[in-house]
Formats: sequence, C-alpha cells, structure tokens
Amino acid sequence: MNRYSTWKYILILFFVGLGLLFALPNIYGKDPSIQVSAARSAEISELTEFQITAALDEAGLPYKSTALGTGNLTIRFNDEETQLRAQAIVKESLGRSYVVALNLAPATPDWLSKFGAEPMSLGLDLRGGVHFLMEVDMDAAINKAEDRYISDLRSFLRENKVRYKTITQSKSGGLLIRFKNDGERNNGQSLIEENILDLNIITPDINENVSSLILTIKEEILLETQLLALQQNITTLRKRVNELGVAEPVIQRQGRKRIVVQLPGVQDTARAKAILGATATLEFRLVDEEHEPQDAVGGRVPAGSKLYYDKNGRPILLKKQVMLTGDAIINAASGFDSLTGGPDVTITLDGRGAKRMSRGTRDNVGKRLATVFIEYKMETTKKDGEFIKTKETIEEVINAAVIQEQLGKRFHITGLDSTEEAKNLALLLRAGALAAPIYIIEERTVGPSLGQDNIDKGFNSVVIGFFLVLIFMAVYYKIFGLVADVALALNLILIVALLSLLQATLTLPGIAGIVLTVGMAVDANVLIFERIREEIRNGNSPQASIHAGYEKAFSTIADANITTLIAAIMLLSFGTGPIQGFAVTLSLGIICSMFTAIMVTRGLVNLIYGGRNLKKLTI
Amino acid sequence: MKKIELNFMGARKVTTVVSILLIIFSIISLARQGLNLGIDFTGGTLVEVGHTETINLEKVRQSFSNSDFNDVSIQYFGSAKEILIRVPPQQSLNSADISSKILNLLSTNNIDVEMRRVEFVGPQVGEELKEDGGLAMLYALLCIMIYVALRFQMRFSVGAVAALVHDVVITLGFFSFTRFDFDLTILAALLAVIGYSLNDTIVVFDRVRENFRKIRDKTPVDVFNISLNQTLSRTLMTSFTTLLVLIALFFLGGEIIHGFAIALIFGVLIGTYSSIYIASPVTLALGIKKEDLMPVKKEGLDVDS
Repeated sequence: MNRYSTWKYILILFFVGLGLLFALPNIYGKDPSIQVSAARSAEISELTEFQITAALDEAGLPYKSTALGTGNLTIRFNDEETQLRAQAIVKESLGRSYVVALNLAPATPDWLSKFGAEPMSLGLDLRGGVHFLMEVDMDAAINKAEDRYISDLRSFLRENKVRYKTITQSKSGGLLIRFKNDGERNNGQSLIEENILDLNIITPDINENVSSLILTIKEEILLETQLLALQQNITTLRKRVNELGVAEPVIQRQGRKRIVVQLPGVQDTARAKAILGATATLEFRLVDEEHEPQDAVGGRVPAGSKLYYDKNGRPILLKKQVMLTGDAIINAASGFDSLTGGPDVTITLDGRGAKRMSRGTRDNVGKRLATVFIEYKMETTKKDGEFIKTKETIEEVINAAVIQEQLGKRFHITGLDSTEEAKNLALLLRAGALAAPIYIIEERTVGPSLGQDNIDKGFNSVVIGFFLVLIFMAVYYKIFGLVADVALALNLILIVALLSLLQATLTLPGIAGIVLTVGMAVDANVLIFERIREEIRNGNSPQASIHAGYEKAFSTIADANITTLIAAIMLLSFGTGPIQGFAVTLSLGIICSMFTAIMVTRGLVNLIYGGRNLKKLTI
Repeated sequence: MKKIELNFMGARKVTTVVSILLIIFSIISLARQGLNLGIDFTGGTLVEVGHTETINLEKVRQSFSNSDFNDVSIQYFGSAKEILIRVPPQQSLNSADISSKILNLLSTNNIDVEMRRVEFVGPQVGEELKEDGGLAMLYALLCIMIYVALRFQMRFSVGAVAALVHDVVITLGFFSFTRFDFDLTILAALLAVIGYSLNDTIVVFDRVRENFRKIRDKTPVDVFNISLNQTLSRTLMTSFTTLLVLIALFFLGGEIIHGFAIALIFGVLIGTYSSIYIASPVTLALGIKKEDLMPVKKEGLDVDS
C-alpha cells in the first residue's frame, strides 16, 4: 500500500528539474551595462564594436564583455560607476547617430541561455522608472479628418464645375455645403454619392432657405481614422523614446484610444513628459506686410490674413496660406547661429517640401517669413460630477526673418530662447509630429533608491515569512511537517520558474502575492495531515490512514483552490497594473501548490512510509 | 491527542447579533464618512521624497502655503526621513505637470530631498479604476456563488456568499472607521480576503456534506457542530500560518505595503470567524436537510493511490 509507480516519480523529477533549470537564471543577478543602438541611417556592426572598445581602452575603462545582437550592442561592466563613465565616453565617440542607453543585462551563463532560460523581469516599482498612460484626443483626430475632407470636397466640386458657396464644419456635427441653388445641389449630391464613398449624405436641411447638404463621415471610416491616429501616435512615440535613449521601453496600445509607455530607469520625468506629450510642430507663413497689425488687434483682421503674437506679446499679421507645415521636415539638428551665437535649429526638408519652399520664397525675396510654433494643451477638470476638457492651442511666432535669398532643402531658424529649447524642438521635429494630441492621464514613477528598497524589503518578508512557516510545520507535524516544508520550498522555486518562463513581470504586489501563497500553500498539507490524524484517532492503521487522508482531503483541496482561483482570475481580468501583478503570482502559486502539496508530498510520504509495516505514525 | 468538542452552533444567536451590529456599524461609518480613498480612485498627485536625515515638516508646509497649490496634505511616511505630499486634482494647473512643479518648489525652497515616487492619476482614470474594482468584486462573488451552487447546493451558496459579503462590508467598515488610506492595493487585498474566507468556508461545507451523508441519526445543527469541530484544528492552523507570513509582511515589507498587510490580517481574522459563525448559521437557517445532499452520482474526483 501507498506506493507510487516509477513513472510518477519520473514525472515529479521531470517537473522539479525543469523548475530548477528555469529558476536558476535568477540567482546570477544582472550586470550594469550600456546598450548601443542606431538612431538613424547608422548601422551596428563589428566596426562599431571595435570603435567602442577602442574608445573604452583609451579611457582605461575595464569592461566585462561585449555582445553584438540584432540591431544593438551590449557592453557589460563590473560596477555602475564604470557604466556611467563609459556611457559618456561611448556617446562622445559615436556621435549623434547612435543611442547609448543605460541598462541592466541579465548575467545568465551561456549554457542556460541556450535553453531559453532568462531571469524574471522586474516591474518598474522594483527597478525604478516611469509608467505613463496616455490618451489620444480622438476629437482632434476626427476634426483633422473633416478638415481633409473639406479641402478634398472643395477641389472635387471645383473640378466638376459645381457651384457652391461655402463648405464648413457643421455645428451639429458633419460637414455643411451651401450651394448656389437647388439645381447645383442636386448635381453635387449625385456626384458626391458616386465618387466620394467615405461620406454619408444626410437628407438636405429643409428648414434653411439655402440649398445645402450635410455630410458625415461613415462609421467604419471614423473607426479607421481613430485606429490610424492611434497607430501613428505609437510610431511617433517610439521614435521619440528612441531619441531619449531608453533601454527596453514598452510602448503599447491599450483599448481604443490609450497608449501605455513604460520607461525603465528614466528619472528625469519632467523631460520625458515634455518630450512624449509634446504636440509641438512648426508652420511657415509669409508676413502680411500690407496691413498694420495694430488695426487687426482692434478686430479688423484683413481677409486672407490671421493675427498672431510673438514671444514678447507683440501682434503680427501673417498670411492665411501656409507655405509649409512640419510634416515636410525630415531632419532637424540644434546648434548655434554663426552670426549671433544664439541657439538655432537647422532643418532639412523632404523633396516635396523643398520644392514648395523654393517656389514660395523665390518670388518673395525681401519679404519676411515667419516661423509659427504650434502646441496643444489639454486639462481635465471635474465640475459638478462632469468631466470637462478644456483645450488650448498655443500658436506663437518664434521669429520672422527677412528672406535673403531663395530657400531650398536646408535652412535654419533662430529666435529660440535657450539651447535646451533648441534641442527639444530639434528632437520633436526629427521624431515627427503626433497624428493627434495625446495627454498623460496617469503617471507612476519610482526612483531608483525606492526600487532597491522595495526589492530588499519584499525579499526579506518572503524569506522570513517562509522560514517561520517552515519551522512551525516541522514542529507541529514532525516528519510530515518536513515533507510539507520540502513541498513549500519547491512551490517557491516553481513560482519563480514559471514567472521566468512566462517572462511575467514581478512587481511589489506580486511579491505580496507570493508571500500570501506561502501562507496558503500549506493549507493543502494541513488538510491532508489533519485528516490522517483523524483517521488514526478513529482507529485505522497508519497505512490506511495515510491513504484515506490523501483520498478524502483531495476534493476539499480542489474546491477550495478552484474558488480562490476564480477570485484571482477576476482580479486578473478586471484589475489594472498593481492588481494584476498580485493576481498573476497568486494564481501561479495556487496552481503550483496543487502539484507540490498533493503529488510531491505524496511521493515523499510513499517513499518514506510506503510498503512498510507501520505500527505508529509520528504526525 | 484529546478531542475538543465545542458547541459552535449553540452560540450562533449571540454571534449573529454581534455580526449584525458590526455590519450596521460599518454601514453607518461608510455612509457618514465614507472611505478615505487614495488618489488611485479620486485622482490627484502623490509625491514621496526622502532624505538621509530628518526632514523638517514645518519648513515643507511653509513652502507650500506660499504656493498656488490648494489643499495639499503633507505627512511623514514610515519615518521622519521620508515625506508624502498629496495634492487633489487642481483646477488651475495642468495636471500632468503638478509633480514636476512640486519637486521644483521643494528645490527652490532649499529643501534637499530625493524623489522616491510620483503617482498621478487623472480624475477620469480614478473613476474607471473605482468602477473596475467594484465590477471585479461583483463578478468574483457571482462566479463563486455559481460554482458553490453547482458543486454543493443553493443553500450553501447563499451561506457562503453571505459570509463573504459580511467580510467585505466589515473590512470596508474597518477602513472607513480607522481612516486608513483605501487604494488599489487594498482593493486587491479585499479580493484576496474573499478568496481566503471562501477557502475556509468551503472546507467546512465539504465536511458538512460528507457528514450529512454519513451520519444518519443527528439533527442538522448537530451535523454542523460535528463538522466544525472536525475542521477546527485545520481552520486554526491555516489561519495561523497565513497570519505568520502576513505579520512578516507587515513588519518587513515597508510602508508601501502596510495597508495591504493590515487589510489581509484583518480580513483573515474576520474570514475565519465568518466561515464558522456566518456561513454555517445562514445555511442552517435556510433549512438545509440531509435530503438536499444525497448524491445523485458519485461526487468528487478520484485521487490515485
């Protein structure tokens, strides 16, 4: 009685071995390292590697190893001080085309990496860093799309010789076209119906005296527009994060209009926020030299012009027609103006942009060209239980310089306040504009010292709690207690192995989940052992008691664990961030404990007591 | 080994009164002063800063009183070397910039500290987290109710959920009364308490079901009493080991995890109590009988021998 067949032992040993293998990388720790990747038009090769090692050797900085990966290069160091100094040196030697980021590379030995075994990834609350949740302003994205349709409709109607008065965004939503007369309207309606398939035509408004049409963008096109705005924003954010030089960033879509950005190791959150959320872009417009800005301030803005203010609050009139927008910019670099010594940004345009620019400036030499800086800002406030979004568009003329000669592909702009401003503007222009403004709606930042603190404290509480339970079980259940202790230790190893295997992220609440699991995992063994004691009290033989104990306790254990698992899964599906971390380790712990507390302890108990003629059981 | 025989069900009238009083007390507290919701649910900004030496709280307060921040709360966090600054959602400032402004304010006032943690939650996100948390709780209770009804019987299911609601309401009442911060981690703890308390209840119910089928000449009250006594040592043992690790977590886990540990310690105690004194009496009061539990087919899964 109470014997396990060999295959069961093999199965147990297999899982235990697997668990040990995948848990092992976690004991090797991590090396401070720098990660070099190419920012633009540059390539990572053996040559880069050679260049870097030469620079490090020259500076007398020892490094542990270098590893060439796909698109990046990792150099490991012995301590953080060397790492920081090396970053500065490598940055200098490689120049602007490369991103040099600080990182912690796992020090997993090669033979383990071959199995695909990697240590668990630590959450931002343990390693330090920033977490942002950003929301894309979809109203703005739709607005932009409507603007596009308006200009499309204008040229379409003009081409087809349909006479219309105005095309505007209707206050009640959609686009409003006013035609000369009913005939033109009917003509226009049938043409639009046939050719512009993205738009719905709503029954003409009869209440109005004018012949008009209301058009709305079709639902599926709207959804597509939103999705596109989201994806485009993710791409832009990715470029901006790359420019910031962050190792292992996470930029993910969440739901239909949100984006999660996680930047491990980033401490300067103010800069990160300014760069990520910036909606800044540039526009170039000619200055209206014929009219007086002061008259416009009084309210009489001439047709074809628009009133702006410069940085010092002085009014300036600019032509409504835009010569060039920020989309045409393919590269931008900050530097210093050779004449004034002030900060400037050198801009490179794409082919189309360069053509427009040269055409636009050719006939206007001697006139002034203004650079307009545009930024959107939003705030959400709660008033009487309602969320109110207030939007603000900042349009500022940063300079208006006389066109000395025809401009082309490259030119530079001045009038910036500081080198910092020039740097940030250049970065934003390089990474491209956002398709629609985004706003930070949640931020969680953890400093590096707190991260380390959290690791230490979490580790301590797991270890102490674990040993307290081990001692208590051994004292209370003697040999069976020791068996349960082995199972508990194994449970812990398996949780770590599973977390590493799934590459799930361990967070502080996750550690709390492990601690709780340790406390609850012994429950299964307590149930079994109490049942065995009871059977013995009822006068059964030791062997029969062991058998009955396991047998009878099983359905209880299953029921109890399944119900707890239900609660954990609910946490997993409805919770966010911290709650999910807790739910992951709790569910893994429950699943592992079913294996260790039932199968493994049974195996051990059978090994110790199985098949023997027992008179007494120490339990 | 001596056998303890306690008449649990005999005391059920007294404990029911105690529980009802506790629930009424909790509801009154919740209705009158609500929960001290953390920024996770209200929205707002939280900044934790630390220093190697004691921080002068007055100086920090002073620098804020001269600023344009409203209703700032400043307190020590864990020790006098760390402070926690909390700012409710502001009308006049761009919300995402508040944390940077706070850090700037501190450095311009010559308060030399290191940023340890920043949390900003937009009011909308806070609202959603509240909603999601409530939903998670409701769905968890619903799923558990269905599972217990299927595995046991409807009356048990009502008894189990009654015990869970009892635990949740009283734990919430405890947080309302003590004014401890109620944030996301506390919500997670509350759901863990549901899982834990249910665990306890299921173990008792399992034994009740077994005994109903086995013991023929006893009243339902006796069957419950016998079952509770048989599972008592296990109930105490498991509660004890769980409390052991939770106490370790409380003392060693750091300030950030304090609320979480408190919620679980309180929840484990109340959960242990409720599985004995709430789940069972409610099931009894609903008129559970032997006939309700006679097996239609063989129950449970087999374990290999």
